Amino acid sequence: MVTTQEARPTSSSRSRPTAPPVGGTPSGSRVLTLLAESWRPAAVLLALFALWWFVAWRELVPAYLVPSPGAVAETMVAEWAMLLEHTWVTTLETIVGFVLAAVIGVAAAVLLVYSRTAEKSLYPLILFAQVIPKIAIAPILVVWFGFGMTPKIVLAVLIAFFPVVVSAVAGLRSVDPELLEMSATMGASRWKTFRKIRFPGALPQLMSGLKVAVTLAVVGAVVGEFVGADRGLGYVLLLASGNLDAPLLFADLILMSLIGVVLFVLVEVLERLLIPWHASRRGNLALATV
Amino acid sequence: MTATTGPTTEQSTSAGSTDAEPIIEVAHLTRRFTSKRSETVALDDVSLAVRPGEFVTIAGPSGCGKSTLLKIIAGLTLATDGDVRLYGRPVTGPQREIGFAFQRSALLEWRGVRKNILLQAEMRGMDRRRAEERADHLIELAGLTGFERALPHELSGGMQQRVALCRALLHEPRVLLMDEPFGALDALTREQMNIEMNRIWRETGTTVVLVTHSVPEAVYLGSRIVVMSPRPGRIVETLEPGLPERREYGPTLADPRFTAAAERLRELLGASHATE
Repeated sequence: MVTTQEARPTSSSRSRPTAPPVGGTPSGSRVLTLLAESWRPAAVLLALFALWWFVAWRELVPAYLVPSPGAVAETMVAEWAMLLEHTWVTTLETIVGFVLAAVIGVAAAVLLVYSRTAEKSLYPLILFAQVIPKIAIAPILVVWFGFGMTPKIVLAVLIAFFPVVVSAVAGLRSVDPELLEMSATMGASRWKTFRKIRFPGALPQLMSGLKVAVTLAVVGAVVGEFVGADRGLGYVLLLASGNLDAPLLFADLILMSLIGVVLFVLVEVLERLLIPWHASRRGNLALATV
Repeated sequence: MTATTGPTTEQSTSAGSTDAEPIIEVAHLTRRFTSKRSETVALDDVSLAVRPGEFVTIAGPSGCGKSTLLKIIAGLTLATDGDVRLYGRPVTGPQREIGFAFQRSALLEWRGVRKNILLQAEMRGMDRRRAEERADHLIELAGLTGFERALPHELSGGMQQRVALCRALLHEPRVLLMDEPFGALDALTREQMNIEMNRIWRETGTTVVLVTHSVPEAVYLGSRIVVMSPRPGRIVETLEPGLPERREYGPTLADPRFTAAAERLRELLGASHATE
């Protein structure tokens, strides 16, 4: 039998805990760490805001070009019902587009990795689809799908698809060949090997791709709305621009960025839930990467 | 399934009984790697028979094809020429009635210790409850108690290899193939692992083939030591020092049979280095 002496740390042990690890740090110190991590970006944001306020207050730039923060806030409050409705439309288009892009992208990546034929015939096509300026496709999509949500969703999918495929292919390919050999000596089926080894191993890279994709999906939805829409933040932006309504333009812009930031954070939360092992290895908190 | 045969039945036929049918048979094995520009002969006419219960160590300089030999026995790569049989059946593809331990521990970094060991059971579709009992037993045996949920990167190199060993033994394979499993460990941890390996071999009666380029490891662990030459890999000599199965580390290293075998092995490896 093994003596306890053999289980003690040996000279080879690096950063091994002396006791079984307990999940993370206590929540109190976690809040403190979060504060310590986030005060810098917060300070920069505050400084920018102060600069904006100063420029508007001294009227260094005419108010119809750069409205004061107060005017923007007023517009937001006054028009909140209208803005909320349009924000919801754009958010919905973005989320549906992003989810579709993720599903199709991962499926395409699996196909590319597992089939040489698919790789040879599909990869050039995907690359070609990527280099077409998506914004130029938007008018065609309107012709095809009308003025509803569909063309916006399609555009969001088209833009967000590529980073998903690239990251998923890279992730699936990065599997250690020894792990596949080990799986073979266990007599595992291809499906089991994929489910238990290949896919989980690809998640870190896939999640980075998804984070890029979600911010791009917002762009897709908004561009779709520019070209032809009667709803959504992109539509409101065009209206406000036509009326030279700077406060509304700015309010609209802030809401668009908010959609992007909120969705990005959601994907990051998802990442922490799916691959806590990876996050713990990286060893920093959510806001550090925002 | 042969893999579920209890270790106790094996024990009775083990201990290097010379008349037993070989469990691994390699005859006139040749392995060539061809690329567009050149052809390398990794293994040249290698013949080897391993009897049930034996602990065979394959020693040789790096690049002598000893890892390739092991992978051919496991069916992970195929021979160019020659005949390979495991349990009397020709090897034509990946073999599942073995345990394989890799140079690097090959653990899944997202699974804790226990779940990494249980991967073996999940992949084979073993009975869950029995597998869990066996895993807990192995965890205790390997001194990993208290670390069941620890992730690989939280473990030392030695502990990672222990986890890999537990995983390779979970389904009670009759044959355990090990590809320089302790090569990345520091000398002290390596000695400890060797002591444990000898104990596990004695207690389970598993037939072990272990590839190494460490002289003391080869002699301490092996009931038979197969020495290979550098590329093209050939078997130059087989040593049988006749040490007792139970080996206390210190006394064994001082044993004249050990020192003689180690001396001879060094000589052979040195000689083959010189002709490189």
